[in-house]
Amino acid sequence: MDNALSRRRFLSHSLTGLSSAWLATHWPAVVAAADHARRSAQSATPSKFEFFSPEQATEIDAISSRIIPTDDMPGAREAGVVYFIDRALTTFAIEDRKIYKAGLPELQAKVRELFPAVEKFSSATPEQQDEVLLSLDQHTFASPRPFRPRPDAQTFFETLRQHTIAGFLIDPDAGGNRDGVGWKVIGREREHMFQPPFGYYDKDYPGWQPPAKDADKK
Amino acid sequence: MRPDQPKYKTSEEVDFVIIGSGAAGGILAKELSTNGFRVVVLEQGPYLSESDFTHDEIKVLHEDLLTNHPKLQPNTFRKTPNEKAKHQRALVYGRCVGGTSVHFTANFWRFHEIDFIERSKIGAIPGTGFADWPITYADLEPYYTKVEWEVGISGLAGASPFDPPRSKPYPMPPLPVKSSGVIFERAARKLGWHPFPTPMAILSQPRPGRGACANCGFCLAFGCEVGAKSSSLASVIRVAERTGRCEIRPNSYVHRIETDATGRAIGAVYFDEQRNTHLQKAKAVVVCANGAETPRLLLLSANKQFPDGLANSSGLVGKYLMLNSYATAIGLFEHPLNDYKGFTASRVLHDFYELDPHKVGFYGGGGLDARFDFTPITFAMGGYPVDGATGGLPPGTPRWGKAFKDAIRYNFARTMRIGCHGTSLPLEANSFSLDPELKDAWGLPALRMTYKNHPDDLKLATWQKDRALELLDAAGAQKKWHDPIEEDNFAFHLLGTCRMGDDPKTSVINPDHRAHDVKNLFLCDGSSLVTSGRGQPTMTIEALAFRAADRITALAKRGELSA
Repeated sequence: MDNALSRRRFLSHSLTGLSSAWLATHWPAVVAAADHARRSAQSATPSKFEFFSPEQATEIDAISSRIIPTDDMPGAREAGVVYFIDRALTTFAIEDRKIYKAGLPELQAKVRELFPAVEKFSSATPEQQDEVLLSLDQHTFASPRPFRPRPDAQTFFETLRQHTIAGFLIDPDAGGNRDGVGWKVIGREREHMFQPPFGYYDKDYPGWQPPAKDADKK
Repeated sequence: MRPDQPKYKTSEEVDFVIIGSGAAGGILAKELSTNGFRVVVLEQGPYLSESDFTHDEIKVLHEDLLTNHPKLQPNTFRKTPNEKAKHQRALVYGRCVGGTSVHFTANFWRFHEIDFIERSKIGAIPGTGFADWPITYADLEPYYTKVEWEVGISGLAGASPFDPPRSKPYPMPPLPVKSSGVIFERAARKLGWHPFPTPMAILSQPRPGRGACANCGFCLAFGCEVGAKSSSLASVIRVAERTGRCEIRPNSYVHRIETDATGRAIGAVYFDEQRNTHLQKAKAVVVCANGAETPRLLLLSANKQFPDGLANSSGLVGKYLMLNSYATAIGLFEHPLNDYKGFTASRVLHDFYELDPHKVGFYGGGGLDARFDFTPITFAMGGYPVDGATGGLPPGTPRWGKAFKDAIRYNFARTMRIGCHGTSLPLEANSFSLDPELKDAWGLPALRMTYKNHPDDLKLATWQKDRALELLDAAGAQKKWHDPIEEDNFAFHLLGTCRMGDDPKTSVINPDHRAHDVKNLFLCDGSSLVTSGRGQPTMTIEALAFRAADRITALAKRGELSA
């Protein structure tokens, strides 16, 4: 389904209080929001990258494909994450360019250090690739913490990890998550509006009732 | 959509200049212009509207589309006044027309009677500025009702046995229950607690020019595309504009309140978008810039006559900062909740609103709610602007690879959170002040936050977190966990920094929101609060704003604001 259309249908159905002029002015913004990554991802032959060389793109694609691998469901590759990152490095993440420029050669050096027979990350086996990434990642496990400001200093791996997750799970209208495959993986329906019941536990809810008297006495 | 506004000249002395267009500023703009006054609202952020709002997490959360920007407006933080503060992002607030009300959660319970008189009831708490309010719940009740009807609140009157008295029911029914709400309600009742539909500043039924909630799921932190979220932007500001007497002037960054030789405020000095300086003249100045920027503006307005900052003879401007105690527990369930659909919180309980200090061993109280406040990206890796480790995955989940993918695949639709909101005590050392070194992008001193939680606030957070875990147990969660309870170094709720009181020595504003020291200067926002309430302060800030508008109108009509 054309996701822009689904949004248009949403807008025309739900904004009865708003004028058609409002929709007309709204519409170009919606179109503009679905940018480079989606266009690139949807064209039969990928358009050229704006920041990465084709060789670099192959490596970034290979790394992000270990961060969110493909199994019976799509992974970072099918979501076009490398296009999202390429676009990021010319827009909201320009400041991260230096991290990529320095980080990729260091990662390749690590590949050759650990596996002298392997020329580059993308030609290593998945097991070798994971070993290289494990050697870079100091914080392998999630550890819940209270709200804290985001640290500025980021490693290459951490930056790429965050960009990969963002490119996999962002609203497809915002230029990533090609065809909404990331949302398919996490079970998020690709609609712009929802009606109750929403899930398993509210589907048979009878409506709010005051508590029974005996329960109330406790 | 937008009606034509008047364009006042800066040299024209309008009746009121209002600084800030958020929860309080929007209401004051609407009320004062409706009452016949000429009003200019100066808002530092842009004028965005429904067509600018988006579900793009990068634009909204990473690039601060709706919020203060850490590069333009850097902050510093320290725990105690003896330390040198370090550069870090310390707070988030709305920076656009409508202010924080554009992106807030929209949890809109009223404060209870106890919140205004608690010091009298339980006595002094040594080392704190714990105090009664100079007004009571009864003074504010008509204005709570006004908020519910004029701004648009969904809820069910009488559903909570702990609710304070009310003069009118809600104007519209509660929003639909979510799976998290059903799980919460059933488990809480098993435990003998009293969950009820969360009062929300989100329309469950359409109003003229505004849609009912479409349950899109991008709610907390996002602007509402259908005008269902009852922000100042979607509600009162448009009414103010239709009076033909109110000009909303965006991209106007006020950095000084000008006073004359007699100590009266004569207007507000601001940078426009091109960083040209203007003075907007006004008969009276109303500051609604939030609990951080309001005290900062007063401190920036220091001059020979007011060497410690405007309206600061008490020395309390910026002090007694309260953030609301917070804790959270997360549960994973067998079947999909799909809680990503819809608004944030559909059930809440107030059984622990007023804990007995003699029984629990600490001062405090709060409310628990059932919520899902993640987006797909923040679920998988934590949120902006805050650190990435707080996402929705349980401790020990690998952060990448097949096991990570399996976790987001299984957990996303099956997860809910319990938010534990509560009191924080007013401590004089906790404050917003001017950093002596760091400057913002306009060359003005940056905001410095000093904050160290009172031990009771942390005890309360721990206690409520244990109740949340108990509830998740009773609900049969497959797995449950919680974020550690630690001292805060980041602020969402900005409260108490220009507190209200009768005594000019121990407060900054009087019960009319008038600065004790400057007779035509009024302050109204989170800074006015004397105590923190139990979390969810915006409802009370808005009720105060409606009340302040009545008081200010009465003063103006009696000629008390003229020179």
